[in-house]
Amino acid sequence: MNDFVLQTVTQILMPFIQVYGIFVVLNGHLSPGGGFAGGTILGASIILYALTVDVKAAEGIYPDERAEMVESASVLVFVLLGLISLMMGRNFLTNIGIFPSPETGTLLTGGFIMPVTLAIGAKVASTVITLFTHLFEEKKS
Amino acid sequence: MAEIFHVLLLTFLIVCAVAVAYIRDLLSAVILFAAYSLVMAIIWQQLDAPDIAMAEAAIGAGVTTLLFVVTISKTRRQE
Repeated sequence: MNDFVLQTVTQILMPFIQVYGIFVVLNGHLSPGGGFAGGTILGASIILYALTVDVKAAEGIYPDERAEMVESASVLVFVLLGLISLMMGRNFLTNIGIFPSPETGTLLTGGFIMPVTLAIGAKVASTVITLFTHLFEEKKS
Repeated sequence: MAEIFHVLLLTFLIVCAVAVAYIRDLLSAVILFAAYSLVMAIIWQQLDAPDIAMAEAAIGAGVTTLLFVVTISKTRRQE
């Protein structure tokens, strides 16, 4: 689409959308939202850029191969974090405090919840982008 | 006051849902569906579920609309 207003507003708005998405992912254990909602916001910002400005430029920001790699790697991180607590003699994904928890409400608390939320956020954002590119370019995967 | 607001929201929701089923232009139906999702997100927030509201606003009004628009641009616009 070659609309000047749309392109300019998108380019101004995109960093704010991404900062909001990262905020939602990072504060997943403290405030509403979490990996799924924040990852979707992050992925939607890239899709917005691809639809309004240029598909090729959006592909340059976040290439398809890297998206697929991040998608698989974050699942691996999730499983490995679950296995750590299995190694410690507890059930799968039992919450063991790996951060020195200072006080309630600060960012570095909540044990495993923040790393797991980060992995889910990366996974969901990559999945949304991959879904869009495969639908848009009709790739045979 | 809050009850009037809720009744207004639910009325708008029902009108949107019926209009999506009856409208012939598919792009208009997608935009109506996005409006439906946005009102649904406000209703989730009013029902004290901000987590679901955020997911609904991101998925329903954002990604689903974009995917439908891409699909319509690949196919026909009229039903």
